[in-house]
Amino acid sequence: MDFTLKTFIFYGFALLTIGSALAVVTLRNIVHTAFALMVTLFGVAGLYVFLQADFLAATQVIVYVGGILVLILFGVMMTSGRLEMRIHIERGQLLLGAGISIALLMLLLTVIANMPVWKNLTDDGRSLEPTTEQIGTMILQEKFLLPFEVVSVLLLVALIGAALISRKEVRD
Amino acid sequence: MSLQHYLVISSILFTLGIFAVLTRKNAISILMGIELILNSCNLNFVAFSRFVEPAKNIVGRDDYLLDGQIIAIFGIVLAAAEAAVFLAIILAIYREFGSIRPDEVDTLKG
Repeated sequence: MDFTLKTFIFYGFALLTIGSALAVVTLRNIVHTAFALMVTLFGVAGLYVFLQADFLAATQVIVYVGGILVLILFGVMMTSGRLEMRIHIERGQLLLGAGISIALLMLLLTVIANMPVWKNLTDDGRSLEPTTEQIGTMILQEKFLLPFEVVSVLLLVALIGAALISRKEVRD
Repeated sequence: MSLQHYLVISSILFTLGIFAVLTRKNAISILMGIELILNSCNLNFVAFSRFVEPAKNIVGRDDYLLDGQIIAIFGIVLAAAEAAVFLAIILAIYREFGSIRPDEVDTLKG
């Protein structure tokens, strides 16, 4: 395998993603894990760029890093006192969870390595145009119009429900 | 870069998310694990739509390469809705119980 600059950057993004995801699940301070999650989300956005999904990479950065992560940090600040910033972990549960996770990873890797249809698929010779215009056309004019409307109603319902659940009780 | 590179990365992310959900004792850390799982799913959608060609006779067009990306966009929307509802429930639980450790919220336990 030739080791060009592209593969170098790809492995850099892969290591960044996996390493920061490891930090998300192993660090003990919850604010540190939130910032590690930010690095993970940026790494996944970089992998989207390698898959030529430019619009999706921008959406990932805007929605995840700009929206969901700020929401998570708000949740941390509003529910954790100074004493609760550290996460308690029980030893038996840690061993059991690690065992289950490693078994699951082995299963997935075995399936990936032995699936003959997925071997030798490379992305040489196929390059996509910039995807934003095509995605807009497909969502707003073609086959994805109905799912788009359904998911927008769902988002509205979820946000109204969230506001309703989290407000203080009005007693009269 | 082949398809299997992306599949290996996404299965590692998925496993780490499962690990976080199983072992963490803080509801917000569990939410972070769920976000890792959703990201690995989206990465799988985009990778498969990039590498695997569907049967040509389904629609007879060449824009099928973007289907997985649109599904991933819907996945991001669902993750946003899920995070909003999750944090609202966490705030309500915190007001009620004064803690967000999942094993201390056991009112329904017999």
